Amino acid sequence: MRALVRTAAAAATALALLLTGCGGGDDGEADGKITLRFQSLAWQKESVDINKQLVKEWNAAHPDIRVEYVQGSWDSVHDQLLTSFEGGEAPDIIHDASDDLADFAYGGYLADLRPLLPKGLTEGIPRNSWETATFDGGVFGVPFLQEPRVLIANTKILKASGVRIPTPEKPWSWTEFRQVTEELTGKGRYGVAWPLKEPVSVTLNLGLSAGGGLFHRGADGKVTVAMGEGDQVVPGTIHDQVNTDHSAARTALGMGGGDTLPGFFGGKYAMVPLGFSYRQQIVEQAPKGFDWTVLPAPAGRDGLAQGVSPQTLSVAEDSPHKKEAVEFIDFLLRPANMVRLAKGDWMLPTGTEALADPSLHTEDRGWATGAALAGALRSAPAQSVRGYPEWKDKVATPALQEYYSGAIDAAELRKRLVTDGNRVLARYQR
Amino acid sequence: MSMRTKRSVRAGQYAALLCYLVFLAFPFLWLISTAFKPAPELGSLHPTWIPQHPTLDNFRQAFDEQPLLRATANSLIAALSAGLIAVLIATPMAYVMARHRTRLATAATGWVVVSQAFPFVLLIIPLFLVLKNLHLINTLWGLILVYVVWALPFALWMLVGYVRAVPRELEEAAAVDGAGRLRTLVSVTAPLLAPGIVATALFAFITAWNEFFFALVLLKTPEKQTLPVVLTHFLGAEGASDLGPLAAAAFLATLPSLVLFAVIQRRITGGMLAGAVKN
Repeated sequence: MRALVRTAAAAATALALLLTGCGGGDDGEADGKITLRFQSLAWQKESVDINKQLVKEWNAAHPDIRVEYVQGSWDSVHDQLLTSFEGGEAPDIIHDASDDLADFAYGGYLADLRPLLPKGLTEGIPRNSWETATFDGGVFGVPFLQEPRVLIANTKILKASGVRIPTPEKPWSWTEFRQVTEELTGKGRYGVAWPLKEPVSVTLNLGLSAGGGLFHRGADGKVTVAMGEGDQVVPGTIHDQVNTDHSAARTALGMGGGDTLPGFFGGKYAMVPLGFSYRQQIVEQAPKGFDWTVLPAPAGRDGLAQGVSPQTLSVAEDSPHKKEAVEFIDFLLRPANMVRLAKGDWMLPTGTEALADPSLHTEDRGWATGAALAGALRSAPAQSVRGYPEWKDKVATPALQEYYSGAIDAAELRKRLVTDGNRVLARYQR
Repeated sequence: MSMRTKRSVRAGQYAALLCYLVFLAFPFLWLISTAFKPAPELGSLHPTWIPQHPTLDNFRQAFDEQPLLRATANSLIAALSAGLIAVLIATPMAYVMARHRTRLATAATGWVVVSQAFPFVLLIIPLFLVLKNLHLINTLWGLILVYVVWALPFALWMLVGYVRAVPRELEEAAAVDGAGRLRTLVSVTAPLLAPGIVATALFAFITAWNEFFFALVLLKTPEKQTLPVVLTHFLGAEGASDLGPLAAAAFLATLPSLVLFAVIQRRITGGMLAGAVKN
């Protein structure tokens, strides 16, 4: 027992000694220098390295405005930011995605950047992109990286089938796409694998190409759900591929994007619709000699249009140094830097000058196809709709999952998305 | 029951136990297998249990990309402190609650039960504000305080059970032999309680070691972050992940708990047996 007590006492002393070095840091400005905290969600090595390098370059050039790099995580950013905002301890500069900003913007946690943004930055990013971060007329983030959804195809299977290879200038229509997947199906192989673990954003974003919109803002500013003809094209195609043609793998419906890759590499799926940045994972994991190509997603009445939620940089409303924070954002998003960030994340930059960089227009690894789609990218349909997260989780996700698996028909899907959905949205718009 | 029936029942029991063990071990064994696989094998349609080309690249990459050693040190400090402090506070409380059935003890038991009913998401913002007023945000002290408070009710619950298992007659016998209250506690009760104290400390340690959300919210600077928070840096948007390095880092993160269990398990069992014999 004495030995136990002695051990415990020694351990307590050691811990106390260790903990004396664990006190909180001080963000003070006693020496007149400003410290800004920049929370980045960059997670792939290349991207983290570039972000850190840019912070280093800024700090070297601006000794009085020091930027501290803080690593955040996509997995938990919403809850972490919400708590930090409530507690008044949020980072000054916040990396997030535009579809996560609505709650924070409406809640008054983010600064309206309109009076702070320099002209060059404002004009360098197209209006379509700015719209993704605009809420109630205010701009609450600078959109800087975005990714279209593309079809990644097994080149060998595609060429052997003899189907027409689509290009951004002459893409497949949704009808043609359905026919092609049927032709590619057979011998234990599916023409396509739709990873629809999160079916709502894929359905809504691709739906724009067929003239879908689903959410309609009335003259009184209130948003309602209405399912027009255009809204039925994408869900109808996927449903028929899975349940009628059997050209889309049923088992993939519950998968995330990365989960489909082993089947894609193994020749089980001829094509997988994935975000543009998945190319990096494909480069890393593809077996030697595996030949793949990037194709544009099918086009509809509105061409190649599709919704995106770009990555954004915002400034906390509570930050005492908003002007300096925007100066740092302006530095980080200079065209040359934006190109570096885009390449690090395997995504497309929003900036017009950055997007014109020749290195983003090479055929290698599908960069040119992605860059050609940039002009067709729009704000994701629902991201500024209040109540959208609840509509998505409680109504749309289960309804679409059941529809795609064949458990319910189109009429039931419409009833749930529209009738049940409007009931949810109404609660947020009283 | 005939001998044959007995045997078949026993065989069935062992089969069920084996299934359960496989069920428990499967994720961990798969984690180990993934940690040693090169990237192309991770994308294979026909994955194998044993990596065909085992590599340490995932470990190199994990250490290269994230400050795993520093995060491990932070986690160890937080978890060891939480375990030690929780036990130091809970042991005397548990003794009083078990031996003296007062209204206070009943109320304290009620508090323990009620406190388990609150989900932490409900508490996090008030807790954040309290710690901010105490200037404990972004400090390991603040995190340890939260872990101790979080582990305390269950630790108390566990220890009350252990104290009740020590026969009161043993203490009375010591008193008859002339031992004072303190002597009785130190020489009779404490040795019998040691396995329970160790088990409780282990529980508090593992709770703190695995905890993610409080650490995520309360620690701002990378130098202070604990291992579960750093592990999420291998995750990207929309479910994308750096699977190999994530598996390697997650495998390393499970090791301290395993080692601790391996070292302490024998002591817990031994202690319990010693108590049983005296009883």
